[in-house]
Amino acid sequence: MIEFFNMGGYAMFVWPSYAISALVLWLNWYLPRNQHRKLLRQLQSRHGSQQQ
Amino acid sequence: MFLWFHKFGSPPHFYRIAGKWIPWLSGLFLVLVTAGLFGGLIAAPPDYQQGDSYRIMFVHVPSAWMSMLVYVAMAVCGIIIMVWRMKLAEIVLISSAPIGASFTFLALVTGSLWGKPMWGTYWVWDARLTSELILLFLYLGIIGLHNAIEDKRVAARAVAILAIVGAVNVPIIHFSVEWWNTLHQGPTVTKFDKPSIYWSMLLPLLLMALSFQVYYVLALFQQCRAELLRRERNSKWVEEL
Amino acid sequence: MTPARKKRLALITLMLAGVTVGVGLALKSLDQNIMFFFTPSEVLSGKAPQDRLFRIGGMVVDGSVNRPGDGLTVKFDLTDNEQRVTVSFAGILPDLFREGQGIIANGKLGSNGEFVAEEVLAKHDENYMPQELADMGIGEEKY
Repeated sequence: MIEFFNMGGYAMFVWPSYAISALVLWLNWYLPRNQHRKLLRQLQSRHGSQQQ
Repeated sequence: MFLWFHKFGSPPHFYRIAGKWIPWLSGLFLVLVTAGLFGGLIAAPPDYQQGDSYRIMFVHVPSAWMSMLVYVAMAVCGIIIMVWRMKLAEIVLISSAPIGASFTFLALVTGSLWGKPMWGTYWVWDARLTSELILLFLYLGIIGLHNAIEDKRVAARAVAILAIVGAVNVPIIHFSVEWWNTLHQGPTVTKFDKPSIYWSMLLPLLLMALSFQVYYVLALFQQCRAELLRRERNSKWVEEL
Repeated sequence: MTPARKKRLALITLMLAGVTVGVGLALKSLDQNIMFFFTPSEVLSGKAPQDRLFRIGGMVVDGSVNRPGDGLTVKFDLTDNEQRVTVSFAGILPDLFREGQGIIANGKLGSNGEFVAEEVLAKHDENYMPQELADMGIGEEKY
């Protein structure tokens, strides 16, 4: 197990590579999703106020 | 065929279809990326020269491939915008830009983290690295240009031209390692004779590449849905949601 | 396709062709500047700059690595299978440095014909395989 995390002495290059990839891919998934939800909520409240 | 194309191109239809696909694409991506990571980090043996450091390849190479593939997709959208004036192509083009920029950024950063232990440097100005950096600037330029122009239909055409013209850089990136002396090595998988990589290393690489392609479609659909809503907030189909 | 669309497509094709030719010519004229390194043959035939830093690239000749004197300076020969140039370097070598490895050194040509390097980078090949296979000599003939 320790051997796995050590990556043959290259841990400080291998793991940051994977970490930053995961972070950037997550952001690209999360940000538009979040924005989409916000827009939907905005539109809903606007629509609601028009009907009243 | 044309009818299907036309229907798929209509914003409300695309919005609905994309929404339906997202969970399936997410599932497929997770399966592929898990298999790829297992194969790359655990099952594949260390390299005879580079030891375990070569495992950076499993994120670096797919990112680099995607950085070019996304750009080609954007250039194709650019042609569709200029010739057919299709609205959906405008949205796909601009929604692809941040995703492509992210892949390019990842290719550069992971490459740098791979270069330090193996080459002995984080960065050199050789043809491959420089042309990939230019690709990042092209992406940022497209995003910037689109933000700078108020009228989004005009912005789409400006961005389309930039995307088409910038596509010249893609073959330069790919062939840079053959046309010039570079520090970066030549292609492994896409050369014409057999790829010179052991199968237990190649398989996770291809799995990761496939998962990144699925991820692109997934992230693109999400970005497109947000962009569609923003643009068409006053149209009838949005009201009906 | 309507005539208007045909015209726009033709315009785009023309534009792309123009840009391609332009960029191609620009790169052609910059060819020497884009080259990242010179080979030992090019250096010996005087193609490399004399008065400023440049990079030389080649394979480390088997059995040529030695550490004369204080042990800090390393000397080795670089070859492109035609000519060889001796390189001396005082510093930390990259992990991949070994005999038979492709190396790029940045530095100047000394008066004695020796290349004095300020930086040494390793260029690895595009082959990936496990150690056992490499030991069997499969790496020699590409598979």
